[in-house]
Amino acid sequence: MRSSKLPVGSYVRIEKPQLQTIVDQLRCRGYRTLGPRLADAAVVLDDLDSIQQMPIGYLDEQDGGKYRLQLAEGAGYFDYVVGPHSLKSYLFPPRETLLRCAEVEGQWQMETPPAAAQPLAVIGIRSCDLHAIEVQDRVFLSGPYVDPNYAARRSALFVLAVNCRRAAATCFCHSMKTGPAVRAGYDLALTELTDEFAIEVGTEIGGQVVGHCDWAPCTMEEINQTREQPEHLRRQMQRRQAAPPPAASGEGNGRPRGRYLDTAEIHDLLMRNLEHDRWETVGHRCLACGNCTMVCPTCFCSDVEEVSDLLGRNVRRERIWASCFTAEHSYMNSGTVRKAIAARYRQWLTHKLATWIDQFGVSGCTGCGRCITWCPVGIDLTEEVAAIRGVEA
Amino acid sequence: MTAVATAIAPQANPWMAHSARITGIKREVPGISTYELTLDDPALAQQFRFQPGQFNMLYLPGFGESAISISSDPERRGTLGHTIRVAGNVTRALARKKVGDQIGVRGPFGSAWPMPICRGHDIVIACGGVGLAPLRPAIYHVLNHRDDYGRVFLLYGARTPNDLLYQDEFDAWRNGGLEVEVTVDLGDEDWRGHIGVVPILFYRLRLNAAKTCVMTCGPEIMMRFVIFEALARKLRPDKIFMSMERNMKCALGFCGHCQLGPAFVCKDGPVFTYAQMEPYLHLDDF
Repeated sequence: MRSSKLPVGSYVRIEKPQLQTIVDQLRCRGYRTLGPRLADAAVVLDDLDSIQQMPIGYLDEQDGGKYRLQLAEGAGYFDYVVGPHSLKSYLFPPRETLLRCAEVEGQWQMETPPAAAQPLAVIGIRSCDLHAIEVQDRVFLSGPYVDPNYAARRSALFVLAVNCRRAAATCFCHSMKTGPAVRAGYDLALTELTDEFAIEVGTEIGGQVVGHCDWAPCTMEEINQTREQPEHLRRQMQRRQAAPPPAASGEGNGRPRGRYLDTAEIHDLLMRNLEHDRWETVGHRCLACGNCTMVCPTCFCSDVEEVSDLLGRNVRRERIWASCFTAEHSYMNSGTVRKAIAARYRQWLTHKLATWIDQFGVSGCTGCGRCITWCPVGIDLTEEVAAIRGVEA
Repeated sequence: MTAVATAIAPQANPWMAHSARITGIKREVPGISTYELTLDDPALAQQFRFQPGQFNMLYLPGFGESAISISSDPERRGTLGHTIRVAGNVTRALARKKVGDQIGVRGPFGSAWPMPICRGHDIVIACGGVGLAPLRPAIYHVLNHRDDYGRVFLLYGARTPNDLLYQDEFDAWRNGGLEVEVTVDLGDEDWRGHIGVVPILFYRLRLNAAKTCVMTCGPEIMMRFVIFEALARKLRPDKIFMSMERNMKCALGFCGHCQLGPAFVCKDGPVFTYAQMEPYLHLDDF
């Protein structure tokens, strides 16, 4: 055990079981530690105090409307990719109190809960999800108003990011330029090697944490090898995209299909095709269940509910996640604006890929592929965009 | 329209509802009343500034918030008028409130009628029903600064003569130099005015296309025909201003409900130029 502070930019190697030391160090420092775990036959994000709780050795097979986990020979600590959960649930929780009201002697006392957050450390965040955090930062921190609760949670976040060395058939981060290599926004960035993890220090606190491990410095050659690994994956994703196997082949036959989203002038493409026939076609398939918006790491729509005690004297205003796929989402007293499911799908897709850019200067899509996997009917946004691009209205 | 500065300091929690008192209730027409509100905190009440066309989120604990445009004179300090039609849960609960009762207020939010752009221009204010409410502050502004503007027409329509808002002010507005034309869908035996929809009132106007602005608020279908008349008279799309309505839960650009194409109606609107809205107005279910 060494105890030293590693400077920002350091590159070190640790034995894989040493990851536990990092978890322990974070917990010592008061962090709640989250990481990948198995639940309900999926890899989810949950409290993690021992690395033995991680789904080590599992691979995920993902495709439109499909998610399967299996133990695989030679699979490492992090060879599954993103599951249904993202950090969104923790930075922008599905339910939170915005305002508390208490009636005292006939008068309402109204107060906002203090914007405080327990330090949160997350193990195993991928590049797509790091970009998703950046996207939500623009929503909640960069406009004329700042959401104080989000801001508090955001500044108490520690990220141990992981470079993917495998992509699922639903992954298309390479076309959104959001991965697979982790580039920024981490405290520690980890690359899984055969017997070791290579770790790059991104922040001072990251350096303090990893300094407690039994680390060895990386040689220049090892650094280059480590950096090459996500590059190798990116090239692999590009090759798949160039020669995709038939859509139905999925991953099971050992030739994962490669998704790709052509983002060239995508804003104008979608906005000049608001009356394309394809919206009607996809509207017939879409169940308007809202799954895609729930699993999307950037979707930010919400409702505000009144939660009252039985006497109506203690009332909380609670923000809950909402979905643009519901009729209520666009409801006004004069009626629902987006009555047809086709109109709601059009709203979701044009917002995600086009008007998001007008609003926040970036795409709302990070290429994580969750909306494809968790769509019960396997609607694939890359396919919808390709169809619109293929036959313009 | 670009969003204007708001009364909430950037470091303050934008979810905080400020306690206010109902200091006056005036029943305008059946189903519509104007509520005068005074913020309890005297400093806040004095600081509060809004521009014509902006709105507040009014809050009743246990019922929720509703986005209501401010309908009083922006130069009047201390109290804020809100003309409210009973339409949903919150406004129904508000209709049961009395003078002296408490209410929560967040605001002001949103973009404003472009009074500086309209300076030196003739103005056509075309509105229907309760759509006159967000335009009344603009009317007061014009009357307070009458010399800054050319001819100013108010084209106003409602379902029946009994549904016309602010009728007791029309004479004062005319005396102040407004040309007021009123129409109803359905007259009664005493009605001697126009019958028909608001856009037909355009036929009475002789407009100088290069020096005229239009401000319109009302049902989307009405605004579309107002714009049609304005464009037919060669008015410029960037000098036609419209106030849009969408579902809103936050007024902060967080909840996503009020999106209309690239715009958040709460912070980029509610007042837009026709040039901004033109690509979307003809689309069904958008």
